[in-house]
Formats: sequence, structure tokens, C-alpha cells
Amino acid sequence: MSFEQLLALVLDPDLLERYGPRFLDGLLVTAKLVAISFSLGAVLGLLLALARMSRSLVLQRMAAGYVYFFRGSPLLAQLFLLYYGLGSLKGFWQDVGLWWFFREAWFCTLLAFTLNTAAYQAEIFRGSLMAVAPGQHEAARALNLKRSTTFFKVILPQSLLVAIGPLGNELILMIKASAIASLVTIYDLMGVTKLAFSRSFDFQIYLWAAVLYLVIVELVRRLLKHLEGRLGRHLN
Amino acid sequence: MLDQLSLLSFASGGWGQALLAGALVTVSLALACLPIGLPLGLVVALAARSRKRLPRAWATTFSTVFRGLPELLTLLIIYYGCQIAAQKILAAMGYQGEFLINTFLAAMIAFSLVFAAFSSEIWLAAFKTLPKGQLEACSALGLSKRTGFFKVLLPQLTRIALPGLSNNWLSLLKDTSLVSTISLVDLMRQTNLAVSVTKEPMFFYGVACLGYLLFAALSGRVFAFIERRSNRHLQGARA
Repeated sequence: MSFEQLLALVLDPDLLERYGPRFLDGLLVTAKLVAISFSLGAVLGLLLALARMSRSLVLQRMAAGYVYFFRGSPLLAQLFLLYYGLGSLKGFWQDVGLWWFFREAWFCTLLAFTLNTAAYQAEIFRGSLMAVAPGQHEAARALNLKRSTTFFKVILPQSLLVAIGPLGNELILMIKASAIASLVTIYDLMGVTKLAFSRSFDFQIYLWAAVLYLVIVELVRRLLKHLEGRLGRHLN
Repeated sequence: MLDQLSLLSFASGGWGQALLAGALVTVSLALACLPIGLPLGLVVALAARSRKRLPRAWATTFSTVFRGLPELLTLLIIYYGCQIAAQKILAAMGYQGEFLINTFLAAMIAFSLVFAAFSSEIWLAAFKTLPKGQLEACSALGLSKRTGFFKVLLPQLTRIALPGLSNNWLSLLKDTSLVSTISLVDLMRQTNLAVSVTKEPMFFYGVACLGYLLFAALSGRVFAFIERRSNRHLQGARA
């Protein structure tokens, strides 16, 4: 077998020309999906963590129930529940004027991913907030700092240093989970792959996708490691 | 609400039986991954700790690949990959005709590999907590390497690895919902079918979520029991 034949088996130039640009689009969609839902999930997750640590029992219970539900059931079921379930209440959404949102698979997916990752991030934030030494709270109060100043300037920066590792893991899990979006007609990297495979029946398409995902995950992992080192540089 | 509940009845027209059968497939698929996944994970962890370079490289590649790939993609690659490979082999042997691989088998292989990759990390971390003296004590007692590993190291490893493995088990249970995409009729697939017939997506997907939550809660109980059991030698000392 010559080199060209071997190359055609794993990287067919014709196939690459036909589907390469689509793969780039898919990559972009995946990136957007993960970036938006992860950052919105971080905000919601932080609020949930604060609710779980609040003094109000109602807030605590509600946040705990939310986290339990979204961590205990599969993302796929949650996505279908939102997309097909909420999407079936067309009359209601038209009355409230939100039909444009629940009509679109894109928004439903974003919502499902945000709600899901928020539950996981809430647990990460809770753990990292509890890891801050209690003396820090007392010191802040002794300095007569406002509660908001204490939280944003003293507690949060220290807890983020603890949280960054688990948050990175969650980001990677999120990148992998985003492949599920392809099941509700989103053309992310996985969606494009399935489309290309259903047209060409060439197995190498799946291998391209595998390599792309592996490269992304490895890049993100390296980047996070670097970031973690930088954030903790005062400790060395 | 009451007429919706009747959709879950076991009589004809109700989906109770179908959903229960699907749930059974989900649980048996997840359980079927353990006999391969657990030992394979341990083997990968052992290979990663080996002194030779080849097993180490193999273990790193294995765990990087199967931890880095989306589970959906792994599943599809194994499913279509096995199918195409089997077809090629059969064609070379002169067999013409369609060959369809069993979806349960493909899913079992795929999830076993993923489970092995994730649990190998847990085993590795557990290895690090074992004092080196244990190994030395084994050789001082003249135990063979085999006995030392199975009778001394492994019981301690298992105890330390249990919480991590229970996490892996829970994500395995949730990942099995992906097999509905290769038309294996598990809980998720039955739910999809029920929705397409009854047009009650909100209700049925809600029920499916609750079903998975129930499994998670049950396995939580089981793991709590096993953990208590494997730590029972410590409780006596504390009391």
C-alpha cells in the first residue's frame, strides 16, 4: 500500500474538502454552546451555593433539591424535558410572549446545559467557599468591611483558587457533554459528524471528530493547568 | 393529573410495563459494564505504575482517549466501528449479506471502556495512599507477589477507592441513557416511544428523570452500606 492510499484511508482529501469547512462551523457552535452555558452556569451556580449556605431553611432546601435533581438525572433526559416538554406548552408560552425562546432548539439546549452545569458548579463553589478559613470572615469584620466587600474582595478570590481545579474538570465534562446537543438538531461538532457520516458512510469521519475532541480537551487541560499555576503564584 | 397517571398503568393502554422493561435494560446494561470495567480499570492503573515504558504509555493513551472523548462519540465509534470491521472480516471469509451487531453488546463494550478509564484514575489515587511499608512487609513475610497483591493490597485499595467508584457508577448509570440513540430500548428509548404515541412529553420525560433519580438514590444506599461494611474494622477502634 502506498503512502497516498494509506492517507486516503484516514484523511481523504476529497472528503476533507467537502466537509472540512462544516467541521469548522461545528467546532464554533460547540465552543459557543460551552462558553455561554458554562459562564451563565457559573453565575447561577454561585447564587445556588450561597443559597445552600444561607441561614434561611427554605432557601437551603430549595437549592439542595435543585442540585439533587440536576445531578441525579441524565443531561439527555433534562434536555428532552426542556425541549419537547416545555416546547409542547405552545399556547402558554405564546401568552407570556416567550414562544420565540422555547421554539428554538438552540435556546433550549443553552438553557438545559446552563441549568445542568449550574448544579455541578454550585457544589464546587460550596466546597471552595467552605474551605476559606473562618478567621478570614472574622478579620474582615474586625476591619469593619461591608458584607459585599468582604465577599468579593476577601472570600471569593481565595475560594476561587481552590475552585479552579474542579471547575476546570467541569468545563471538560461540559465540552464532552455538549455532544448531546446534536440529538436535538443542533449542528455542533458531533452534529456535523453525524451528518457527514450519514451522507458519506465513511468511518474516518468519526475518527476526525475523535481527534478534534481529544485535541480540544487536551488544550483546555493544559491551559487550565497554566492558569492554576499563575493564580497560585504567590504561594510558591 | 389523574388521567395522566393512568398512562403509567400496567393494563393495556398504559405504559407502566414498557417503562419498567426499559428501566430493567438500563440497570442490566450498567451492571453488565462492571465485570469488564472494574478489572480493566485496575489493570490500566497497574500498567500506569509499571516500571516498563510500554505498559505506561499504553495506560496513559487508554485513559486519555476514553476520558477525553464524549461518551456519545465513543458509543457510535464502537457501534459502527465493530459493525464495519465485522462486515469486512465476514466479507473476506466469503460471507455476503447484512451483519448487524447486537446493540447491547456494543453499548456494553463502549461503556466498559469509559468506566475503566475513569476508574483507573481512582485506583491510581488509591495506590498513592498506601504506605510503601505494606509492600515491604509482604516480601518480608515471604508472600508471593500474587498473594501480596490480592490479600494485602487489594482489600485496602478497594476500601479507599469506594467513594470514587461510586461516583463513577452514578455517571455510568446516567450515561447509559445515550444508548437510546443506537435504538437499544432502555428507559430513555421507551420514554421517547411513549411520548411519540401519547404526545405527553412533559409528563413522560419527568417520569424518566424521576426514574433515574430513584436509581441514583438506591445506589447511594447500597454504596453507603458497602462503605460502612468495609470500614467496620475502624468503627470498633473509634467507639
